[in-house]
Amino acid sequence: MDWSRRAVLGVAGATALSTAASAQGQPPIKIGILVALEGAFAAGGADGVRNVELALRQVRNMAGGRRVETIVAPSDTRPDTAVRQARKLIEQDQVDFIIGPLSGSEGIAMRDYAKTIPTKTVINGISGALETTWVDPAPNFFRYNLDGAQWGAGLGTYAMRTKNYRRVASVSADYSFGYTNFLGFAVDYCRAGGTIVQRFWVPLGATDFGGVIAQLPDNIDAIYLGLGGTDAINFLNQWQQAGAGTKIIGGTIMADQTVLTSRGRARNALIGALTSGPLAEDNPDAAWRDYVRAYQEGFPAAQRFASPSLFGVGYYIATLAAIAGLNAVNGDLSDGQQKFRAALSALKLASPLGEITLNENRQATGTVFVNEVAEGPGGTLVNKMVAKTDGVTQTLGMTAEQFRAMGLPSRTTPNDCAALARR
Amino acid sequence: MALTDQARAPAPQPGSGFGVFSRVPGAWWATGFILLLMPLVAGNFWLFQVFGWSFCLGIIALSLMFLAGYGGMVSLVQMTVAVLAGYVVAILGNSGVEQISVGLSWWLYVPLAILIATGFATLVGALAVRTEGIYTIMITLAIASAFFYFTRQNYGIFNGYSGFNLVVPPRLFGVDWRQPTAFYYLSLGGAAVCYAAVVYVSRSPFGLALQGVRDNPRRMASLGFNVTAHRIAAYAFAGVVAAIGGILLVWQTSQVAPYSGGIAAVIDILIIAVVGGIRRPIGAFVGAFIFVLLSTFSPDVLSAFGLSNERFKLVIGVGFLVVVFFSPDGALGLWERWRARRRSAVDPLTGKAVAGGGP
Repeated sequence: MDWSRRAVLGVAGATALSTAASAQGQPPIKIGILVALEGAFAAGGADGVRNVELALRQVRNMAGGRRVETIVAPSDTRPDTAVRQARKLIEQDQVDFIIGPLSGSEGIAMRDYAKTIPTKTVINGISGALETTWVDPAPNFFRYNLDGAQWGAGLGTYAMRTKNYRRVASVSADYSFGYTNFLGFAVDYCRAGGTIVQRFWVPLGATDFGGVIAQLPDNIDAIYLGLGGTDAINFLNQWQQAGAGTKIIGGTIMADQTVLTSRGRARNALIGALTSGPLAEDNPDAAWRDYVRAYQEGFPAAQRFASPSLFGVGYYIATLAAIAGLNAVNGDLSDGQQKFRAALSALKLASPLGEITLNENRQATGTVFVNEVAEGPGGTLVNKMVAKTDGVTQTLGMTAEQFRAMGLPSRTTPNDCAALARR
Repeated sequence: MALTDQARAPAPQPGSGFGVFSRVPGAWWATGFILLLMPLVAGNFWLFQVFGWSFCLGIIALSLMFLAGYGGMVSLVQMTVAVLAGYVVAILGNSGVEQISVGLSWWLYVPLAILIATGFATLVGALAVRTEGIYTIMITLAIASAFFYFTRQNYGIFNGYSGFNLVVPPRLFGVDWRQPTAFYYLSLGGAAVCYAAVVYVSRSPFGLALQGVRDNPRRMASLGFNVTAHRIAAYAFAGVVAAIGGILLVWQTSQVAPYSGGIAAVIDILIIAVVGGIRRPIGAFVGAFIFVLLSTFSPDVLSAFGLSNERFKLVIGVGFLVVVFFSPDGALGLWERWRARRRSAVDPLTGKAVAGGGP
């Protein structure tokens, strides 16, 4: 039975009936949600599904005059699984377009897969690899979230100008997101006149950081910590035991809830740590507050996070973009979805994170927030927004040629900090 | 412990006139025809994603079945051998990582991939054959995880965490072998060749000696057989099979990265072999088919019952548990028991039905 296989997002029966009647004759639009529901990001992935549901509920499951159905395809953050599930969505479930994926390497794989399905569309969930929309981008792959490098924008300037951290050493995760996120920080920091004394790269999932901590130079003002989750907690604990001493500048996932709620010595080191990323929980903007309230009212407290996660926000905005695109073309997906794609490219999307536009690579230009960890009520640690940078572009304010000349994110990019400062 | 049965099929009748063909049971002809004609009925998704993937995993599981079933050695390194072959294809052939890939032509990198992977399998075999039972499993698992961490940390050759993408089969004879129908026949051909080779080798003097070594190594040694050499040779042969599976798999997924040979993937191959039935070569393909069906459609099963499909892994786990619980020798064991019950339900002397269906 076909209908029973579809996870039709439920609306109250009466509204569903009345809206379905107005859309008679038009088959529903099917959206495939490609999301990691297994592995390290499973909780974030589930929040992504929840947010797609929320965005669709807010428009009563109608977009462009047609009813919308969703089908969830779970992946495990492995690119081959993501492509397998995407194939299933397109070929077996015959969805019109896909929202997803969640993680960086999945995004690169989906870019390549998107090229093989030119009459369908992929709207990125929250994957943040720079290469996805920078190196040989697919014409039908759209990304309304900022990439990992953009997430670092503004942090260096704030650290240099406001906090006066003139010399830093970096300790970051030795994989693509670690390089990309570091690159965003480094470009900005070097341009502001800072010096990166030394770079350390540690494997994902490492538990012993003693070697790195012993090698950290003495004459630095802060360390840049590009780790996340348990890696960050382990590092901070060991660093604290070794005497710590300097301030912390963190990558985007360094001060998330798993780290902030951890017990032990790590929390002492965290107070005053700076991080940057696509959202600020205490963002005073009305659009953000309304969204957080809708999220909190939309789901029972036990079934959601206290505030939408990074992953959830990504999927929410992707769904908003899809709805806006469908409304712009009145649900017309004929002719290989050409009109739909043109509408998506031209969107000026009003999102909880401010206005988002796409560049010629179909990559978002938007706002990046700088947060500082502070002690909240009852001794809990919270992120406080201290600065924001609007209109961060894919090339971080450089020309495309300059950005390309710097090279793709790697252990050694950007290799010449002083040259960036002179520019 | 005899893990495999030999000579189930009745001996050929003298003078039947059809030679080797008459020895092949009718069910095999039927299966062969169905598989050959499958593209007429099945859609692209089924051809490429379900059957194509099943054949690739089946070939790799077949190499494990050969070692475990005929050699009595459970090797967890077969997926690693396959992934190594995939890596060699990506490094020596073409991939999206142009600064590493050499770009040789296919007639050079395919044999080299098989050769290098087989060499690696032989080396592992030489290390592992001096151990028995659980120690073999541990040594091979250790090598598999060492390989995983090595590829994840090595950037010069294996491109670290990201691995290689856009690894596609060569265009040959004007055919794009990654198109669903073409790839279906390519992987079906690979599976058929590997299956035939394993069946042939298992009946050859080498295969029979290997099974002797499995059942009683000491007696075989006293008869003058070199036990160690037979076991290492078995690893080498299984390495060739695994390498073929690995090359097809890298073409199917179009990418290879450390997690392709991670612990989860290594265990998947063991699950496939056990679920299918480790006593006979066809079990590897039956197991792969069940594995692919479950991992592709388990989210839909949950949605059909109105449950949240976040828990799709539960269906996969329960599915495997059910098979192994009801039949310790896998899905093939279920089938054979069912046939045996039907046969014993009829009295062989009188031809009349026996009440109760027999033991």
